[in-house]
Amino acid sequence: MTLDLSTPEFLIERNRDRCIDCKVCVNQCANEAHTYDEEEGKVVSDDTKCVNCHRCVALCPTKALSVRKYPLEFRSHGTWNAHYINSIYKQAATGGILLTGMGTDKNYPIYWDHLLLNASQVTNPSIDPLREPMELKTFLGRKPDAVKIENGRLAEKLPPQLELEVPIMFSAMSFGSISLNAHKSLARAAQEMGTFWNTGEGGLHRDLFPYGKNTIVQVASGRFGVHTDYLNSGAAIEIKIGQGAKPGIGGHLPGEKVGREVSLTRMIPQGSDAISPAPHHDIYSIEDLRQLIYSLKEASNYEKPISVKIAAVHNVAAIASGIARAGADIIAIDGFRGGTGATPLRTRDTVGIPIELALAAVDSRLREEGIRNQVSLVIGGSVRNSADIVKAIAIGADAVYIGTSALIALGCHMCQRCYTGKCNWGIATQNPNLVKRLNPDIGAQRAANLVKAWSHEIKELLGGMGINALESLRGNRLMLRGVGISEKELEILGVMHAGE
Amino acid sequence: MIKTIDAKGVYYRQLNDMVQQAVNEGAAKIVLKNVNGQRYIATRVSRPVDIEIKGVPGNDLGAYMNGSTVIVRDNGQDAIGNTMNAGKIVVHGHAGDVLGYAMRGGKLFIKGDVGYRVGIHMKEYEEQVPVLIIGGTAGSFLGEYMAGGVLIILGLDRKPGEPIAGDYLGTGMHGGVIFVRGEVDKTRLGKEVSVFELNEADNEKLDQHLREYCNDLGIDYDEVRKEKFVKLVPVSHRPYGNLYAHT
Repeated sequence: MTLDLSTPEFLIERNRDRCIDCKVCVNQCANEAHTYDEEEGKVVSDDTKCVNCHRCVALCPTKALSVRKYPLEFRSHGTWNAHYINSIYKQAATGGILLTGMGTDKNYPIYWDHLLLNASQVTNPSIDPLREPMELKTFLGRKPDAVKIENGRLAEKLPPQLELEVPIMFSAMSFGSISLNAHKSLARAAQEMGTFWNTGEGGLHRDLFPYGKNTIVQVASGRFGVHTDYLNSGAAIEIKIGQGAKPGIGGHLPGEKVGREVSLTRMIPQGSDAISPAPHHDIYSIEDLRQLIYSLKEASNYEKPISVKIAAVHNVAAIASGIARAGADIIAIDGFRGGTGATPLRTRDTVGIPIELALAAVDSRLREEGIRNQVSLVIGGSVRNSADIVKAIAIGADAVYIGTSALIALGCHMCQRCYTGKCNWGIATQNPNLVKRLNPDIGAQRAANLVKAWSHEIKELLGGMGINALESLRGNRLMLRGVGISEKELEILGVMHAGE
Repeated sequence: MIKTIDAKGVYYRQLNDMVQQAVNEGAAKIVLKNVNGQRYIATRVSRPVDIEIKGVPGNDLGAYMNGSTVIVRDNGQDAIGNTMNAGKIVVHGHAGDVLGYAMRGGKLFIKGDVGYRVGIHMKEYEEQVPVLIIGGTAGSFLGEYMAGGVLIILGLDRKPGEPIAGDYLGTGMHGGVIFVRGEVDKTRLGKEVSVFELNEADNEKLDQHLREYCNDLGIDYDEVRKEKFVKLVPVSHRPYGNLYAHT
């Protein structure tokens, strides 16, 4: 017998005065943490199976349940905390790579929280967005060095642009890693809000082709579901090089999640593992990237902007410069706090750099080289609220991608177990009984509400600064001041300290 | 209607515009002469068409191609048939690296030798089974990550002692089949594949593909068949199934 050294992470507390043994919790928990004991005639719980997703707590009709951290502590030690000890137990038992989901949960610095915004006082008037026009419209794509105007009209055709009513798009999350109902929710919300959602690298389900005008289709190293109709169905094409939660490694959708619909959409046999190689094997250089970018432009008749998504890594500024010169219209940069459906834990928690610093470095570099107009910059990887967005735009972003925030709007409770396929909220699962828990009508409304709410807040913050168009904030780092960070960090961010 | 286009000194984008215009005008076959390195030929065409190329086409010939037929009378370059979905490309010479990357359907026939990373991540889907046949030798990483389809390598006209393929043949392979004419040097194989004898079904499949290949390229089928073939198939369809521990 193998000695199992694992202990529960969470404690399920059932208030027996309130519990009516109605079995709602039993039916709701895909992890089987709750079961009905026929002999005892009552519902019982197994703490070891609980992932703390709050599904049972939220649905319990008598509010009899609560979950908290299991009150078991190792003897206090500065180096060997429970995480490291338990990780070793797990790896000693299995010999496996530790797998996890969502973005890193480690306490790395969050620079958004060290940046403060300006407001107008006396010397210039602030603007009330409730009564005055406020412009959030954003165009993503290559801008020419100059425009020629004849008779009040553009004399030359502009390169293809994505037109966004709000500077917020939904990040790439594949069908396979998330459910079809999650995809439907995001697609509908994007359409309603005049913005875009992104297929991720799992292809576009046939039911979602009608949302093409609001879809960015992704091409990654596995080329799953990539064919001419797919490339031409979206408004833009994104080449995925990397992802903030797992820079430098590929993806791996286990065969269990490749059911009929995923199989049809990815164009691979049912039940087969979908392996995305770590690199694109046709891209080993910037010149190769240029070749792929232009092959996609050819395939889409030069009508769609091509985006290149990379993870924020040490040399991101030079890489971004190369991508701009390779002909990309948009560069999407994903910071190391970005989320994922599955990633090796050590990669998630230790590889890459924070998005705030990466964005500042890239924007500065492209300006220094005089090529900032050639690409739009979209950033993602822990955009948690509207103020983060305003700060990102002031540093130099054109728009942001939100993934985790959008999923939280759909009901995600951040249990970080996306890779198990047992998402009780119907998001990161392909189990039909779980998928139907996410109603795409309600999901779309909630995701759209989030974008709507944030848009109002962005307008309020802009108005406070006396700015009535987002374009005037873009790269306007004078609107930012740093607090509690070092000289070096301020230098990289290109902002002055508060009080200066 | 056959339309002939002189590609001499024409930039690839203009050349592909001219090809598309010919397609719009209803050309059933397009002959491109004096081609010299122009990229992405047959990528943009809005409907399947026959294209004959005289000269050497550039990289990404037939990328994302969906049903056209392309005959190249000379050598080809890199990334031919990249992410191809359907159709057929026949190259009457040698070709470069990264051929048939992620191809999901259609046929890619090369008469001569090919470079590195050929047939990486080929896959199959329902009736679509891509077939890539190499008449000569291949560089390293042939059929890497292969997830489906048929890859055949003949090693014709080899110098004595010259290996039929480089190192890491079929490494990471988890689907499909590679047929190799002659013996395989096991030290060059990826660890995810094993060598097997052909069964009757294999021979039937091989015959069918080879007859078409030999017919297209004017190669003596009986001569090709004189030597024995072996097949390489993955040891596991889930090579990385036990790699992870759940946290």
